[in-house]
Amino acid sequence: MKHLLSAQDLTQNDIIALLDMADHMAEINTRPVPKVPALRGKTVVSVFFEDSTRTRLSFETAAKRLSADTMTFSASTSSLNKGESLRDTIETLSAMRVDAFVVRHKSSGVPLQITEWTDASVINAGDGWHQHPTQALTDAFTITRSFGTPHTLEGRTIAIVGDVLHSRVARSNIAVLTKLGAKVVLVGPSTLIPIQAQQWPVEILHSLDEVVAEVDVVYMLRMQRERMETAFVPSLGEYTARFGLTPDRVSRMLAHALVMHPGPMNRGIDMVVDPAQVSGSRILQQVTNGIPVRMAVLFTLLGSGGSTALATGADL
Amino acid sequence: MTKSIPELVFQNASVVHPTGIVVADVAISKGIIVGVGTGLTGARLIDATGLHLSSGFVDLHTHLREPGKEEAETIQTGSRAAALGGYTAVIAMPNTDPSQDCVAVVRFVQEKAKEVGLCEVVPSACITVGRRGEQLVPFAALHEAGVRIFTDDGNGVQDPLIMRRALEYSRDLDIVLAQHCEVARLTQGAVMHEGECCSSLGVPGWPAIAEELMLHRDIELVRLTGAPMHFLHLSTAGSVELVRRAKADGLPVTAEVTPHHLALTDELLGGFDTVFKVNPPLRTWADIQALKDGVADGTIDAIATDHAPHAAPAKDVPIDVAPPGMLGLETALGVANTALDVSEVRLVELLSWNPARIAGIQDRHGRPIAVGEVANIAVWSSTKTWDVSRDALASKSKNTPYHGMTIRGKVKYTVFNGELVVNDERAVR
Repeated sequence: MKHLLSAQDLTQNDIIALLDMADHMAEINTRPVPKVPALRGKTVVSVFFEDSTRTRLSFETAAKRLSADTMTFSASTSSLNKGESLRDTIETLSAMRVDAFVVRHKSSGVPLQITEWTDASVINAGDGWHQHPTQALTDAFTITRSFGTPHTLEGRTIAIVGDVLHSRVARSNIAVLTKLGAKVVLVGPSTLIPIQAQQWPVEILHSLDEVVAEVDVVYMLRMQRERMETAFVPSLGEYTARFGLTPDRVSRMLAHALVMHPGPMNRGIDMVVDPAQVSGSRILQQVTNGIPVRMAVLFTLLGSGGSTALATGADL
Repeated sequence: MTKSIPELVFQNASVVHPTGIVVADVAISKGIIVGVGTGLTGARLIDATGLHLSSGFVDLHTHLREPGKEEAETIQTGSRAAALGGYTAVIAMPNTDPSQDCVAVVRFVQEKAKEVGLCEVVPSACITVGRRGEQLVPFAALHEAGVRIFTDDGNGVQDPLIMRRALEYSRDLDIVLAQHCEVARLTQGAVMHEGECCSSLGVPGWPAIAEELMLHRDIELVRLTGAPMHFLHLSTAGSVELVRRAKADGLPVTAEVTPHHLALTDELLGGFDTVFKVNPPLRTWADIQALKDGVADGTIDAIATDHAPHAAPAKDVPIDVAPPGMLGLETALGVANTALDVSEVRLVELLSWNPARIAGIQDRHGRPIAVGEVANIAVWSSTKTWDVSRDALASKSKNTPYHGMTIRGKVKYTVFNGELVVNDERAVR
């Protein structure tokens, strides 16, 4: 594996191997000195054309704990937002002999395009509405470890709720979770479910109340206020009434069911309930797990042992 | 009286007439066809055995980019590409900078093209000033300057009142309005065809209904006004059906389809390669089949390239900001011939006779291959296969979607006003 561009490119075996390696990485993170020399001498550049705090810090922390050198390129809002010098930027950074680009961009497809302009590995840290594969791996890690079934989600049903149309998290999670055997239900107003999503391996519903008492995971998506302006929903109030996670809905969830959210939450709109009051909430665990999962991705793409080390977890 | 010997004779060519194909020699002198028959001889003889000889092709839809975007294409490089594609006339789209909305810019394009002299460049003009959809251009003055097709191509004329008035006004003159059918409100930010592929890739979709709604509106405006209208680059199955019904109703409408909408689908965007971004977008196999059916039953009148060069830096950007458009002139014959299952006669009808008539230049293009006619001629193979290479094309830009593909059908000679401007697949200048 040279790049990680889309969760759709991962096989079930790839996913299981990455999650197992993340277990080893999680163990490293519990040590007094949570650092190993696995990627010493490697250079990882975060190239963030779109604002992000948690994903960038999560990747940089992951790289540092593997002893990689890190650089950060944060594009300001000027000319790069028009994409004018994207290619020049990547070629310039490549000339500094970097080993991996961690790329976030508001336009779908940019990480894939960048692979044409560099020999380095490219990791998609979120592109437009398209993909955010390390988020989905993190979520799969969180769910499988919560349920104690590290290699499968057979028999589990996961509801992904809200603005699926504009969500790279949803697209990535559908790919990863279904490959682990889960049943995925998309729940949202028809305006926010992608056209022809019926062709995806998912079920589609338009009422959260219909599923909230039956699913193993309620995965809430962020609902952005500006969606109202383009008539996706009549009002945020109506959206919240139909699709917000309220205390009442939480009270009807199965006892073992989990609540997840990729963040940032839009309190009072997508999340009405205070997650701190929800025993099944894994929202902060998702953030914590992001680091070992990203360590596993970086080591898989850049580590010298490659698949052998991946299988045994040795040499860490 | 001494009869001078012809300058140029194509020998043993398969001459394409509306009634069928006849093997003959074709002699040319002083810009005119001076002989069609057997055993002709001349100063220069070209063996055209196994090649088709037809009237030169006419492209209803070429973006030459000059004035304004000479880094992408110029009238010279575009004319060369056209000649290599077998075209003896191209209609230059008016979305230049400044746009072709006044006589001065139209004259500039005409004069530049004359200097180049590789094909006739017939400027179209905008319907509205600056293609802003608000104020009509001086139709009569532009008609006087030789313009026959008016279009805001790149934009649809959104305002139904403006379109109604333009149609009514156009009846006074021997001109045709050509509409780019796109309800802009339904395609904001659109990158590609709205369907499963666009949903998976996470980009805004360009729904078929955005084309069909405006097409339907304008068909009804044609019914109301009686003015003729040409529909540019139709791309959906629904559009074909709308035009089919309009023609059945006897309305004076014509329609074109591009080679790429006959050959390529939205799935090609899967790698986010901006070369496949085009407007209207590549659609589905079902749409392609419907377009082919429309070509077969005469609903579609013409194949037009929508040749749209873009310089590499313009396309080396994220797909949502990349400009739409792809090259088409040099590959049109091959792609159309490969995609379609039609006779050579029908192919010439689609590439030459019909577009010449729609463009109002049938006095000099798309003419019969007969003595006394202006020698605007293409000589081509319908069986030769070749690998398209972007670096081998004459356009200044390289944004061909066919790079690395093999297509069947190639132009070998083009004669423009009696001059051999393409000789053995090479432009003479």
